[in-house]
Amino acid sequence: MIRQRFTLLQRILHWLMAVGMLAMLFIGVGMVSTVAPKYLPLIAIHKSLGIAILVLALIRLAVRLGYGAPPLPADLPEPMRLAAYLSHYALYALMIGMPLIGWAMLSAAAYPVVAFGGVFLPAILPQSDVLHTLLWNAHFYLAFAFFALILLHVAAALFHLLVRRDGVFETMGPVTQRNELAPAE
Amino acid sequence: MPHQPPRSPRRSAFGSLVLIAVVVGVAAAAFAYTGGWLSPQRLTPDKIVQAFTPPTGPPLGHRRNHAKGVCFTGVFEANGAGSALSRATVFTRGQYPALGRFNLGTPDPNAPDATVRVRGMGLRISTPDGQEWRAAMIDLPFFPVSTPQGFYDLLLASSSKDPNAMKTLVGAHPEIAAFGAWAKSAPWTGSYAEEPYNGLNAFIFIDNSGAEHAVRWSLRPAAPAVPISNEDLAKRGPDYLEQEIAERVRGGPLSWTMVVAVANPGDPTADPSKAWPEDRQTATVGTLIVQQIQAEADGPCRDINFDPTVLPSGITTSDDPFPAARSSAYRVSYDLRTAEAKDYPRTATGAKP
Repeated sequence: MIRQRFTLLQRILHWLMAVGMLAMLFIGVGMVSTVAPKYLPLIAIHKSLGIAILVLALIRLAVRLGYGAPPLPADLPEPMRLAAYLSHYALYALMIGMPLIGWAMLSAAAYPVVAFGGVFLPAILPQSDVLHTLLWNAHFYLAFAFFALILLHVAAALFHLLVRRDGVFETMGPVTQRNELAPAE
Repeated sequence: MPHQPPRSPRRSAFGSLVLIAVVVGVAAAAFAYTGGWLSPQRLTPDKIVQAFTPPTGPPLGHRRNHAKGVCFTGVFEANGAGSALSRATVFTRGQYPALGRFNLGTPDPNAPDATVRVRGMGLRISTPDGQEWRAAMIDLPFFPVSTPQGFYDLLLASSSKDPNAMKTLVGAHPEIAAFGAWAKSAPWTGSYAEEPYNGLNAFIFIDNSGAEHAVRWSLRPAAPAVPISNEDLAKRGPDYLEQEIAERVRGGPLSWTMVVAVANPGDPTADPSKAWPEDRQTATVGTLIVQQIQAEADGPCRDINFDPTVLPSGITTSDDPFPAARSSAYRVSYDLRTAEAKDYPRTATGAKP
C-alpha cells in the first residue's frame, strides 16, 4: 500500500517539534541580546527545550526510518524534488545536530549543563577553548541557517498547499481533508 | 490529485505567492525584532562588554573586566551551619575542592596594581554530585550603582570626553556618591590575602523544608589588614600583588571565613548598592582555604567563567537584576576571549593540548 499521509505519530511529532524548534530559535536570538532578568529563565528553557528536541528528533528519525514518507507527486519537477530531499536531510541533521552542538559547546566551556530545573547532564566534551570556539561558531551560524531553512520549508509547504495544490501539504497537514480519507488509513 | 477548488488558478496563484511572501516576511521580521536588530536602545551584553573596551583596544584573550589576575586552588570546608539555610550539598559538613582567581577590577591585564582600586575574587566550589557554586566577589562593601543600566551609564561616563559626564551620571544615579567616598577613604592593603570579598548581590537560599531565605555572602580574611599608602604600594612594583600572594601561600595556606547575612523582611534585595544593616542575622558556614597559586596563562582558572548564576540546587537568584546581567555579559566576554586564545599564549610548561 502507498501511504497517502504521514502516520499520526509522525504528524504529532512534526507539529510538536515545529512549535518547539521555532520557540527555540526565537528564545536563542532573544536571550543572547538581553541583560534583563528574563535572560536566566530564557537560557534555562533553551537548554531544557534543546534536550527535549534532541530526544524527540531521535524518536522521529527512528519512526521515519520505520514508516518512511508518502511519495512526492509524480509530476513534481526534478529541481523541486531534489530541493525537497536535500532540505529534509538538512532539517534532520540540524534538529539532531543543533542540540548536540549546544550541549558540546557548554561542555567545552566547563559549564554545568542543567536541564528541567535540576537535572545535571554529563559533559560530552572535555574543556577546550579551541573546541568551544568552533562549536560556538557552528551553533551561531547554523541557527540562522536553520531558521532560513524553516522559512523555506514553510514557503514550500504553502506553495504546495496554495499554488500547486498537489496534496503534499496534506500529507503532513494537521487536519484531515474529507476527500483524503483513504480506505487504507 | 486531491481537491481542486473552482477558483481561477492564475489569479489565486498570484495572491497565494503574495500570501507566502507575507508569511515569510512577517516571520523574519519577528525574528529580527526578537534578536534586537530593530531595537538599538536595548541594553545588550555586547554593549556592556564594548563599554569596557579601553582606548587602546580590547585585551585580546583576556577577560573584558577584572582582566588582571592569578589562579588559586584549595578547598572549601563547610562546617554544616549553612544547612539550616540551604539544602545545597556544599553546606553539608565536609571538604569540597575550590578553584578561584584573585583579580583586579580593570580591563587592562597589564595595569600596575596600585592603579586599580577594586580587587576581586572568582570562586568555584564543586561537590561530588557534579554540582557547582560559582561566584565573583569584590572587596567593595556595596555595589556602586543600583541597576545594570546605571552600571552601563557609569561605564560610558567613565570613558566619556564630556567634562560634565560624571556630574550628569551622579545626577541620574546619586547612589554612586558612596562609591566615590569609599574609593577616596578606604585604606589600601598590600595583599590579596588581606581583603574581604563580598558577593553583594542577594541570592535565595532554599532550606530542606522549602523555605526561602534572602541572603548575601562575604568571605572575611583571616589575615589582618595592614594599611599601606597608595604610593608605597606603587613602589613595590606593578605586579606586586601576584608575587606577594604566591610567596605568602608558599609559606602556608590562607583562609577566609564565609559569612552569610540573612535579610530581614523589607531589606532591599534588588539593589546591591544598599548594604543591609550590620545587625542582620549572620551564619558562618565554612572556610575557604587557599593552598596553591598558579599563573593565569596556564592556570586552571583561565578558561573558567565565574558566572554568578552557576548555582547548586538549594541556591537560586533573587529579584536582584545584576546576576542575570552579569551572567549575560560574562558569557560574551568568555566567548570572545576563548576565541582569542592565540593572543594570550599558554607557556610551554603548562600548555594544554
